[in-house]
Amino acid sequence: MNQSWDVVVVGGGIVGAACARECASRGLKTAVVESGVVGGGATAAGMGHIVVMDDSPAQLALTHYSQSLWVALAEQMPDDVEFERCGTLWVAADDEEMDEVRHKQVVYAGAGVATEILDGDALAEEEPHLRRPMAGALLVPSDAVVYPPCAAAWMMREAVRAGATLCLPRRVVRAGQGCARLDDGSELHAARIVIACGADSMRLLPEIPVRKRKGHLVITDRYPGLVRHQLVELGYLKSAHSVTADSVAFNVQPRRTGQVLIGSSRQFGDEGTAVDHAILSAMLERAKLYLPEIGSCSAIRVWTGFRAATPDKLPLIGPWPGDETVFLATGHEGLGITTSLATGRLVADHLTEAKAEIPAEAYLPQRFYKRANAGFEGAAQESNAHA
Amino acid sequence: MRFDVVVVGAGPAGIAASVTSAREGRRVALVDDNLAAGGQIWRSGEALPRNAQKWIAALRSSEVLHLRGLQVFDHPAAGVILAERGEDCVALRYSKLILATGARELFLPFPGWTLPNVFGAGGLDAMARGGLPVAGKRVVVAGTGPLLLAVAAHLAARGAKIVAICEQAPLRRVVAFAGRMLKQPGKLLQGVGYGWGVRSKIHFSCWPVAAYGKTAIESVTLRKGKKQWTVFCDFLGCGFHLVPNTELAQLIGCQIDEGFVATDELQQTSVENVLCAGEPTGIGGVEMALIEGQIAGLAAVGAVEEARRLARRRRKMLGFVSALRKAYALDPELRRLAAENTIVCRCEDVAHGALREHRCWRDAKLQTRCGMGPCQGRVCGAATEFLFGWRADGVRPPVFPALVSSLAGANFVSGNSSEA
Amino acid sequence: MPEGKLVVSLTVNGQPVSATPETTVAAAVLIAGGYTRASVSGEPRAPLCGMGICFECRVWIDGRQHQRSCQILCAPGMDVRTP
Ligand SMILES: Cc1cc2nc3c(=O)[nH]c(=O)nc-3n(C[C@H](O)[C@H](O)[C@H](O)COP(=O)(O)OP(=O)(O)OC[C@H]3O[C@@H](n4cnc5c(N)ncnc54)[C@H](O)[C@@H]3O)c2cc1C
Ligand SMILES: Cc1cc2nc3c(=O)[nH]c(=O)nc-3n(C[C@H](O)[C@H](O)[C@H](O)COP(=O)(O)OP(=O)(O)OC[C@H]3O[C@@H](n4cnc5c(N)ncnc54)[C@H](O)[C@@H]3O)c2cc1C
Ligand code: FES
Repeated sequence: MNQSWDVVVVGGGIVGAACARECASRGLKTAVVESGVVGGGATAAGMGHIVVMDDSPAQLALTHYSQSLWVALAEQMPDDVEFERCGTLWVAADDEEMDEVRHKQVVYAGAGVATEILDGDALAEEEPHLRRPMAGALLVPSDAVVYPPCAAAWMMREAVRAGATLCLPRRVVRAGQGCARLDDGSELHAARIVIACGADSMRLLPEIPVRKRKGHLVITDRYPGLVRHQLVELGYLKSAHSVTADSVAFNVQPRRTGQVLIGSSRQFGDEGTAVDHAILSAMLERAKLYLPEIGSCSAIRVWTGFRAATPDKLPLIGPWPGDETVFLATGHEGLGITTSLATGRLVADHLTEAKAEIPAEAYLPQRFYKRANAGFEGAAQESNAHA
Repeated sequence: MRFDVVVVGAGPAGIAASVTSAREGRRVALVDDNLAAGGQIWRSGEALPRNAQKWIAALRSSEVLHLRGLQVFDHPAAGVILAERGEDCVALRYSKLILATGARELFLPFPGWTLPNVFGAGGLDAMARGGLPVAGKRVVVAGTGPLLLAVAAHLAARGAKIVAICEQAPLRRVVAFAGRMLKQPGKLLQGVGYGWGVRSKIHFSCWPVAAYGKTAIESVTLRKGKKQWTVFCDFLGCGFHLVPNTELAQLIGCQIDEGFVATDELQQTSVENVLCAGEPTGIGGVEMALIEGQIAGLAAVGAVEEARRLARRRRKMLGFVSALRKAYALDPELRRLAAENTIVCRCEDVAHGALREHRCWRDAKLQTRCGMGPCQGRVCGAATEFLFGWRADGVRPPVFPALVSSLAGANFVSGNSSEA
Repeated sequence: MPEGKLVVSLTVNGQPVSATPETTVAAAVLIAGGYTRASVSGEPRAPLCGMGICFECRVWIDGRQHQRSCQILCAPGMDVRTP
């Protein structure tokens, strides 16, 4: 395949698929290279919570923008994407956390996100299986849940329909200078190469400040009605600021099937896919603390996945200063499902020199780029994000 | 609880292993998810053959701690397994672990196979032994393997009317195999002998192509070459021989060769202190399971000389294993039984047509939910391996669904939970 | 049911069923003339493997969901529910 492309997207996860869909639909001659199956990386491991998050103004802007793109597409998505607007309940266990609920409401209102405060009784009515008493919760009704592998596959089918070519299963072994070299020795020449390899992006570009952050999830058998909203504890703010330490938080999700997906954990430094029983145990104990009945539910499977974490918890979207043909679309940490659609937009905007709908500066990779040839600044400080 | 030897699975292999280790004075636990010892073949509810009685009596009079109704679901660290019974979860610590987890039937999808009263062949037998009345019922037994005759004979003895026995293998291969068995009497399948009374109903190169019925099976269409006919029946027992239960071995990290747990001649797997005996190492029947169990039981306690002596006997039996496999090899035509809308994954209701377009197990699983249900792909994983040549993914804990509380208790390793 | 054996009484969807203590709940459900579960697309399903691996025999027992009835023996007063 020694022809020339406008864009070669490396990686067929949800981010790569969203980029390909957007590029192809704008008429760019697009190829996607995926080494495994579409949506089989972190995309198959993630929870699929489409959530507006407010760790920073830039994060709030990106998640909010992307969420609105999901909502706009909801009608077109096939049934297997399982898009459900179940809303998020940020659960406050005590009065201190209730203060946080009120603060969060103000921040969200500032960004135009409607929310509702529930007191303990209203929360108990919405979620009768939560432990009582709880102080209350912040309801974000616009948040949703999807099934990420089918969402990625759908985006990829759309990309192909718009003219993109999918090369699979093929691994890119080197990318740069307008050329992506594949494991079968062939080369794809392109004006731009978009690196969307999730937590494996460092294998192609060792200089980027992305680290693997491991997560565990557990899925139960079907218990329809046990939970109705995505439930996340606000308490993680208190416990998880111990920056680099391993942490767990109560974070459960109702699936359309009636199954309950239980999260979440975050660990640095463990790059093996094996289940860590100590962290699994802590995570499930946390879930039982908030939702006692979950203990007697049957768990079908446990798995792990890796988030691509950056030092400032914001993704890397934009040109790579070291090589003008290379573009990054990675570093989405625990929010890559949510922000995939926005990432696709921002990438295509750059490539077609269109005006982006939100300011894109905060996500540009050059923020970590010190000076020419010096490479990126290493991971400076870490912090915890949601999911 | 701490033991010198923990044996998982109380079938012939596990019984032989645990009794043998205990004879050497070790502290031994035998764990099984069933309430009675005996595994698949020596199930209760049936007069047992003499060697079964002998082994079960030996188990009863031994010092083995037989933990009944406990299902092993995890191996959180070297030296410990977790098992669950109802709401209780226990950690069993071992110096040596012997996996004797047996086999299950291979089920192949055909139109109507999801109707109530369509069982596995062994499945129908197990249900009958569990109290399902079969007297006076019209029964068709189908699939492949020496098991079919044994099942038909058991059911006939309970008063069932055997309408037909459909063996997919051709007559000449089965005859060649049976001839070989006569030269090695007592080597497993008394089945051929058992089956004498029902043999007139056997059809070779024959299998069911569709089952019909409103709320349960009422009739089944059988095909033999170009001939096709329909018979009325109340029950259909259909199983295409056996699939080894290797999930626990895989979880522990034991090397798997061509679907079976790899062991050396003393039943040692690739993982230190973990041995394996019986069907997971190769489908070889009761005699093989018994001898492997004894070898493992001896090897686990360091009685190497004696174990080697038995291993030499075992080697002579290997010809049987490959003869069995060849005789009952599946006809490729069976791949065409499933229609477009035939369910393949019964937990998630995924049809053949939805699977066909996928490239591999993982893609199919992620996109269709095939294998994501509580059976964890035990039924559809083996079927799609035959249908499409797919290999299922690696195994993750729990190897059987377990309560969230039990999984939370999986932190026994670090010692901060109480132990049973 | 064979005569002269000990009998346990249980209910399947509220209907009384008598069985021997060696009878599995799966067999009792079939004796009562029912099936064990509705599949995710609503088809009636009944036991397949009889040995605890296919999960087709899941029923409610005494208020607990997803119980594999082929692995559980009938007990006096048991309350078994199916769709
Ligand atoms: C436990 C957990 C929970 C999460 N929960 C949420 C959540 O609730 N909401 C949310 O928004 N996000 C969540 N996330 C994050 C989200 O899953 C990821 O951010 C997102 O999936 C990243 O998508 P991606 O396409 O960048 O990466 P991936 O899905 O990993 O895709 C990268 C693809 O690139 C391919 N690839 C890699 N290298 C090469 C190469 N050299 N050549 C060719 N192909 C290559 C891989 O095979 C892979 O398919 C969670 C993550 C985890 C781990
Ligand atoms: C349904 C069926 C019917 C059969 N009928 C016949 C027959 O009639 N004649 C014949 O010659 N052969 C028959 N066989 C073959 C028979 O299995 C073997 O010949 C012989 O029983 C092998 O002994 P084993 O000890 O290796 O395994 P098994 O007898 O299968 O015993 C394994 C035991 O381990 C238990 N187990 C597995 N995993 C776990 C876990 N994680 N936790 C706890 N317990 C566990 C199982 O429930 C089972 O009780 C049958 C096999 C099957 C599957
Ligand atoms: S019948 Fe298969 S698990 Fe009970």
